[in-house]
Amino acid sequence: MAPFLGLIRRDLRLALRQGGEMGLVLGFFVLAVVLFPFGIGPEPELLRRIGAGIIWVAALLAAVISLDRLFAADHADGSLDLIALSALPLEAAVLAKAIAHWLTTGLPLTVLSPLLAVFLDMEPAAVPVLVLGLLIGSPVLSLFGAIAAALTIGARRPGVLVSLLVLPLYLPPLIFGAGAVEASLTADSGHANLLLLAALSLAAVPLAPLAAAAALRQALD
Amino acid sequence: MTQFSQTGDLVGENLACRRGERLVFSGLDFRLGAGGALVLTGANGSGKSSLLRLVATLLAPAAGRLLWNGAPVERDPATYRGVLHYLGHLDATKPALSVREMLGFWAAMRDVTSPALDQALDTVGLGSRADWPCRWLSAGQRRRLALARLIAAPAPVWLLDEPSAALDRDGDARLEAAIAAHRAAGGRVAVATHQPLAIPDAAVIALDDFAAASGDPLAAWS
Repeated sequence: MAPFLGLIRRDLRLALRQGGEMGLVLGFFVLAVVLFPFGIGPEPELLRRIGAGIIWVAALLAAVISLDRLFAADHADGSLDLIALSALPLEAAVLAKAIAHWLTTGLPLTVLSPLLAVFLDMEPAAVPVLVLGLLIGSPVLSLFGAIAAALTIGARRPGVLVSLLVLPLYLPPLIFGAGAVEASLTADSGHANLLLLAALSLAAVPLAPLAAAAALRQALD
Repeated sequence: MTQFSQTGDLVGENLACRRGERLVFSGLDFRLGAGGALVLTGANGSGKSSLLRLVATLLAPAAGRLLWNGAPVERDPATYRGVLHYLGHLDATKPALSVREMLGFWAAMRDVTSPALDQALDTVGLGSRADWPCRWLSAGQRRRLALARLIAAPAPVWLLDEPSAALDRDGDARLEAAIAAHRAAGGRVAVATHQPLAIPDAAVIALDDFAAASGDPLAAWS
């Protein structure tokens, strides 16, 4: 357990000390949401209806731009070799790094989302569903993202390649997350969507590290 | 100093390494026992680094096998990884972490409960730099920090790839002393180097002797 927690602690320390990168991702998230009312005009009715979708799409894009450094930095400075040779199985190391990534992107995005919901004039009743959906669904973004980040190690333009690989994988959390908010406003509650989102999240916890670790072994060879 | 078990030889049998379509070396045998040392020599591109990565299980051999303690290493890779230290070309330091944090992290990754961090830093001459962020270190100091990683978390097999690169004369002397102390405690060491390091009684493997016989890279495919 000590190596697992040690790796999480190191990644959190690095993220907090090089705070600029985390600030960029959050700034991108806020700006992307703020751009929409300028693009489609200040119609509260329209914004209220599409607000949840806007926030979810912006969160996906913000997660994508934070992914390319997930393993690339450790690969470039030789740390990945040592992590592969450590007491920690590579699958557990991927999970630890995904947890640290979620704590520095998914969680702050979730915390910011109610502010943006107010900005888009979303129904007060819909806001808790949006936040709960992001809380349950954002770990999927880090876990699926780890697969794409591991696959693109050593690529010449990893950033572009990561987004092409990972955005299709992000469709299910987007559909269920935005769908939960939509459903909570109609007669139906958003429970079914949130449960599907939770199932996706729980399935990704064991499966995504397996896939990402296999990709990392290819990159080391 | 930890005393390592006297039993347990690291043996390579008929090893071959292929990088892309090129057969780098083939038919290579070695045996490394307690207190033993191997020095790998050869021209650039002759496969010194590849051999060390292969022994570290970071590369899969194209042919042949590795034995630790008489058993093939792939039978229990986790145990085998626990007995070896790999020091590659890259120093694996993070500019934002302090020297002590960096060393403590790598010791924790090897599940060492109470590593002697300050003692290891003193051994490599970084004792007074323990609280510096790694971004202040020179290339030679980062190399010393990498060496401290091996001392802080004892393991019987050291695989060193150009350990004296960027080291000054004092660094070379400390490296030689660390290798001697490691071997005196029963440790085993394999070093790839171009520098004339004083490693007494070391067996030398000249990798040029194991290069693929013909200049035609495709001849190696058979």
